[in-house]
Amino acid sequence: MTVKKQFDTKISLFILVVTLLVIGIGLTLHRHLVYEVPLLYGETQTVWSVEAKVEFTANGKPVKVSLSRPGEQEGYAVLNEAGASPGYGLNFSEGASPTAEWTKRAATGRQELFYRADILATQQTISNQVIPAPAIRAVSWQEPYETAINAILQRAYTTSADNYSLTKELLKQFKGVDRGQHVELLKTHFNNSLPELVVDMLHKANVPASIVYGLELRDGRRRQALLPLLRVWQGSTSRIFHFPDESKSVLDQQDAPVLLWQQTGAPVLDVIGATDSSVRFSMIKREESTFANVAQNLSNQYSFFNFSIHSLPIEEQALFKTILIIPIGALVVCILRVLIGLKTSGTFMPVLIALAFVQTSLVTGLIGFLLVVATGLVLRSYLSKLNLLLVPRITAVIITVIAIIGVFSVFSYKLGLTEGLRITFFPMIILSWTIERMSILWEEEGSKEVFKQGTGSLFTAVLAYWVMTDPWVRHLTFNFLGIQFVVLALVLMIGSYTGYRLLELKRFKELG
Amino acid sequence: MFVMPWTLRKRGILGMNRRNISYISRYNERRLFPLVDNKLKTKVLAEAACINTPKLIGLVESQYDVTRLDEILEGINGFAIKPANGSGGKGIMVLKRNAEGEFVKSSGSVVSLRQLQRHVSNTLAGLHSLGGSPDVALIEDLIEVDTFLSDYSYEGVPDIRVIVCRGFPVMAMIRLATRASDGKANLHQGAVGVGLDIATGRPLNAVQFGEQVTHHPDSGKNLSELAIPDWQTLLKLAARCYDISGLGYLGTDIVLDSKRGPMLLELNARPGLAIQLANGEGLLHRLRKIDSLSKKELSLDADQRAALSQQWFASEKENLL
Repeated sequence: MTVKKQFDTKISLFILVVTLLVIGIGLTLHRHLVYEVPLLYGETQTVWSVEAKVEFTANGKPVKVSLSRPGEQEGYAVLNEAGASPGYGLNFSEGASPTAEWTKRAATGRQELFYRADILATQQTISNQVIPAPAIRAVSWQEPYETAINAILQRAYTTSADNYSLTKELLKQFKGVDRGQHVELLKTHFNNSLPELVVDMLHKANVPASIVYGLELRDGRRRQALLPLLRVWQGSTSRIFHFPDESKSVLDQQDAPVLLWQQTGAPVLDVIGATDSSVRFSMIKREESTFANVAQNLSNQYSFFNFSIHSLPIEEQALFKTILIIPIGALVVCILRVLIGLKTSGTFMPVLIALAFVQTSLVTGLIGFLLVVATGLVLRSYLSKLNLLLVPRITAVIITVIAIIGVFSVFSYKLGLTEGLRITFFPMIILSWTIERMSILWEEEGSKEVFKQGTGSLFTAVLAYWVMTDPWVRHLTFNFLGIQFVVLALVLMIGSYTGYRLLELKRFKELG
Repeated sequence: MFVMPWTLRKRGILGMNRRNISYISRYNERRLFPLVDNKLKTKVLAEAACINTPKLIGLVESQYDVTRLDEILEGINGFAIKPANGSGGKGIMVLKRNAEGEFVKSSGSVVSLRQLQRHVSNTLAGLHSLGGSPDVALIEDLIEVDTFLSDYSYEGVPDIRVIVCRGFPVMAMIRLATRASDGKANLHQGAVGVGLDIATGRPLNAVQFGEQVTHHPDSGKNLSELAIPDWQTLLKLAARCYDISGLGYLGTDIVLDSKRGPMLLELNARPGLAIQLANGEGLLHRLRKIDSLSKKELSLDADQRAALSQQWFASEKENLL
């Protein structure tokens, strides 16, 4: 290539970088100024966008679907709601149990209806909200359950003072390890309808109660189901209780805020004229500047220039929240390799490891990674003695890695370390390649090089993790698509950097 | 601990990023890489251009060849076996027959035919090759190191690395194996690198593990007495490697055989930066000179290019050792 040609390439690269920067910064500013999305994280209010997706199979008859909607409640205010339902008539009915009602004269095949709401997390309390208590029902059971239930109620009654403390005492008996034999008996028999049983028991004790449904708000979750909760009345006031829930995955045990979707005990979804219906929820957390803006923004949401991820359905948005953070991790790798000169095993393996760390939390992830790779290396050194061909050998490593992960999960669970289960988030095939590569490196260059590249990779992964989990970075990448152009421009600039790497300044110190 | 970047720049040190962008991707066409990554192809090219290489005894291409390895090696007293696509000296085994007819390594340990067959079988499977792809194994005649050089090296054969840019030799060093490098001639594994004057082949400076040394750590020989015979021929040979490979930024590895003189061992399309440490000098000033050459100068033949390089890049330095 001639000097002139090289100069031309430089110019065109320069123009490309400048264009990308202008587009990126322009889009970002446009979104900031026109839609008033704050650039700074923190000066914001949390808005949850929740999407309910109703699915059912229609068979040509008139269809009427009614889905309950979240009403006003403590801690949350519904800002805006909308339904997407081609060809359906849609009505929102208010009242004690607000619903969305879709109707159609004739529908056939698999149908999908969407209900979407933006919910602001507020501090305000609603004082005058009164939810009428249900009438006390007379209930009875067969023997020997009747006796068992009476015994449990008796015990809860003597150790309590009012409806709320009675409920607490009752729930306490269903929880914990040393449950009495009465509870065990009921648990076996009413296994699938425990919430209903508890409500019936409360009615038996003359306490007005009903099952309500809430949604656990966790950022970026898709295809979630509602959570049954217990509402108990004391006079005109009422309170919400959680059921002891063992079916819940150990991974979800930290408490998430709960949005009450259905407050009175009426059914959540009611479908007439169709079969096989279900409702699933997706949700995403957003930071918006002010109350007023949010409402205004939503109406602009679908305009052409609002070229943002926010115009997608919530389910896809939740997916993008993770995808959009990957370029940032890759940028970290670029910086560390080209500007610092760090050696890693497998170019972008650290980004994948960092993504796994995001799921597992850092310390658990690090310990898990080290355990799996160390055990894998030991097993791999045995495999190398067997003199196998490359591809079957890596396949064998993949299988052993899965076995290791399985053993560790069971082992840590038995020890009561539920954190250990998160090890399953690791990208197993990538991990196997890492083990294979490190093992060859060990044979060829010795343990020192393995250690060097291993720590290099882990360091990169940890750094990428820190950047990728930074609330600031997450806020910017998700809310401003323009940031992606800026990242691309940065990567192109790094790609044409011909200066020294930081570690070269050490390597060539003798020549200085 | 660190040296300032502008100091390095002033000294003309070539960094990894600049090497990759300004030299390798600018002067080396991607399609030419296989010619040098595959030792067999390099050998064919070199032989066609009458460049000496170690004599090829045999080729092991299939598992069937592995089983008749003893036939191939019958009557051969010493040989080196290496993967065609190996890099950095990986998978190379050097063996001689002892009085009982067994194969022994230079360290003295005996290698059975079975062990040798397994090694070759691994080579065919790609264990030692770039990217782990299936490979063939070359069996080559042994290089007989000039006696004056053998004292400078622990077990392995010393090789001379010449960086050739657009056909002009720009910098050279000789790599001496040590006990620390386990008989291998790789600087990062602990071999001694001795920078050589392009004009005369006299030693300029020597390093091991990035630190200056004056004597070989194992034999104790004074490195300043290391003079390369027949330097002119060697330099011309290096310059001709550009003509056969077409690569504009090339590392040539040359060995000195006591009978056959300078021989091409292998070519490298991504030569490392350690040669600068061995020479105590940066590559960049010299490469800039080559960057600015006219068409006329670039069209000179190999002998003329080598002569010009000797004139341009002669070291004014006193012997540092």
